[in-house]
Amino acid sequence: MSAIWVWVEQHDGEVLPVSWEVLGAGRTVAEELGVGLSALLFGQGIEGLAQDIIQRGADKVYLCDDATLADGRAEPYASLLSKLAGEHKPQAILAGSTSSGRDVLALAAVDLEAGLVPDCTALAVQDGRIKATRPVYAGKLLSNVYSKGDTLLASLRSRAFPPAEADAGRSGETVVVEPAMQPDDIRVEVLGLEASEGTASLTDSATIVSGGRGVGGPEGFEPVRQLATTLGGALGASRAAVDADWIPYAMQVGQTGKTVSPDLYVAAGISGAIQHLAGMRTSKIIVAINKDPEAPIFKVAQYGIVGDLSKIVPAMVAELEKRL
Amino acid sequence: MHTVICAKQTPSTTAILAVEEGKVTWSDPGGSPDIANPWDEYAIEEAIRLREKHGGKVTAISMGPDEAREALKTAIAMGCDEAVLITDEAIKGSDTLATSYVLAKAIEKLGDVDLVIFGRQAIDGDTGQTSMQVARRLGWTPLSFVSSVDELDLEGRTVSVTRAIESGRQKVKGAIPAAMSVLKEINEPRYPSFKGIRKATKYMKRELCAWGAADLDADANRIGEAGSGVNWPEVYSLPPKEGECTIIEADTPEAAAVALVDKLFEEKVI
Ligand SMILES: Cc1cc2nc3c(=O)[nH]c(=O)nc-3n(C[C@H](O)[C@H](O)[C@H](O)COP(=O)(O)OP(=O)(O)OC[C@H]3O[C@@H](n4cnc5c(N)ncnc54)[C@H](O)[C@@H]3O)c2cc1C
Ligand SMILES: Cc1cc2nc3c(=O)[nH]c(=O)nc-3n(C[C@H](O)[C@H](O)[C@H](O)COP(=O)(O)OP(=O)(O)OC[C@H]3O[C@@H](n4cnc5c(N)ncnc54)[C@H](O)[C@@H]3O)c2cc1C
Repeated sequence: MSAIWVWVEQHDGEVLPVSWEVLGAGRTVAEELGVGLSALLFGQGIEGLAQDIIQRGADKVYLCDDATLADGRAEPYASLLSKLAGEHKPQAILAGSTSSGRDVLALAAVDLEAGLVPDCTALAVQDGRIKATRPVYAGKLLSNVYSKGDTLLASLRSRAFPPAEADAGRSGETVVVEPAMQPDDIRVEVLGLEASEGTASLTDSATIVSGGRGVGGPEGFEPVRQLATTLGGALGASRAAVDADWIPYAMQVGQTGKTVSPDLYVAAGISGAIQHLAGMRTSKIIVAINKDPEAPIFKVAQYGIVGDLSKIVPAMVAELEKRL
Repeated sequence: MHTVICAKQTPSTTAILAVEEGKVTWSDPGGSPDIANPWDEYAIEEAIRLREKHGGKVTAISMGPDEAREALKTAIAMGCDEAVLITDEAIKGSDTLATSYVLAKAIEKLGDVDLVIFGRQAIDGDTGQTSMQVARRLGWTPLSFVSSVDELDLEGRTVSVTRAIESGRQKVKGAIPAAMSVLKEINEPRYPSFKGIRKATKYMKRELCAWGAADLDADANRIGEAGSGVNWPEVYSLPPKEGECTIIEADTPEAAAVALVDKLFEEKVI
């Protein structure tokens, strides 16, 4: 029987947290199907990561270390992925639902003429087939998607699966492979990267504190930001706050912003419009702080305080500072 | 310069959805239940701005049932020059693999296209993958998550863009022809003018070009359900939230804050 594959995404030699989650999910599916788990590790100067990946559950690592793979361009990654998959015919290829994960799988799916399911929040094996669950219609509904062919490609949402645990006793095999594209055949050239603060952590964060129009202005975000920092989390916002230019678009949560799924989501001064809920409804615990007891945000929240956030949020910071 | 934009009809953002036996229907008491996918307006706007700067024309393409006309009407009303509706019973049930095949066929049939622009995603199917799959089918430069088009060099046949990705703002340059998906940050879409809407109404009646699978010379095994790699027989509502919201009541905001922090420790989310 053919194996389950996981593309382990790394940036500058560091594996992304979501990739450990995908590896964990891949391990579970492989065991249920009684097949092996292989990892794909592409990049430059990344050889050292293979052992880590084996300890976290891979039976085999396909390693490609090449300069064309250094800056994460989708084309050389996708071409190599589909070339290897064409040779070994895995049953599924999984990746994190990051911008690269989505692009690489989209291109490879065309090469392989295979089905692709994006941003899955659950995977299961049913009658020997993989069932991939994903939110659709802006998170208002769920759908179960099945493969009609031999190989299914799927990207998995960050923080929806528990990460793979390391076991120093595990062993596996590393197979070194050649790149599939010549440097001159790649159509995209990277000119530069201006690193940003905040945006990356938003989708990976276990805690998010978001402010909306109710914070009242750019200064009103200060206590909200402090609460996020005190909790070791990230700062988010509603579109109303972004449109008012109180906070950059990178922080926007919702249908036309980021989709997040933290353990704790605090919505301060956010009414809970359907487009905002689309981006955060799958959070484990939602807390609403709003002066309007009728605000729709209370319908999705587990805990709520009806009151003025400019008093409640600083009081929470003060209390947490005592206890953390 | 010939730019194509791909647009799709979707339920409105405030639509109330109902599912029965995997079939989704919707209504919107507050307005029109169907709209052009909101993300596509950014693609349309960008294409029009590029035409305003570099000349040429913009063609809008939509594949779907007859109702997909609305998306094309919005595109013409905003200022696109031409529109093509691809509609055929045989393309029903297409996943993105089959959709990208049909859209790529249509773009090839147009012939002289330099750039295809997509919205980041459609708010119903929500996959966000059609754009890059079209790029791959055509063998064109894939440029996703574009937050600005920085330079278009028609003579040198290159386009430089900024992409907003997790690690920051990445500047890349690629060969033309290219296919890109654009983000909301890229521009502020214009409202269709009264004149634009009148023109669009006329255009849809008299000039709209409609193609079927045969016009595209499409392989029957690569379109519709037959050409799809996945199916989605089960669509359902989210399981209802367990329990009501616990409203924390206290005499002072400070006391409420303390009680809330207690709860969060109990829930082990701090
Ligand atoms: C196509 C489309 C896409 C959209 N995409 C998004 C998206 O991605 N993300 C998004 O968030 N929105 C999105 N929206 C906008 C959405 O419909 C709402 O307009 C927006 O979420 C409202 O933001 P808000 O809750 O901050 O503001 P409001 O709805 O104005 O709510 C402010 C809330 O703050 C409360 N408040 C005021 N003062 C205080 C105080 N002192 N203390 C406590 N509470 C207070 C009020 O009671 C109110 O409930 C989209 C809309 C459209 C049409
Ligand atoms: C409940 C449900 C679940 C689904 N799950 C999957 C799945 O897991 N995998 C899969 O491959 N397909 C899936 N589909 C099918 C998918 O929605 C269609 O193939 C659709 O035509 C394109 O995908 P999208 O809506 O996600 O568009 P996106 O890829 O999100 O759209 C990106 C851009 O492409 C444009 N575009 C998309 N479709 C068209 C079109 N027909 N004509 C013109 N422009 C277009 C959009 O307007 C947008 O600008 C699902 C459909 C439903 C209803």
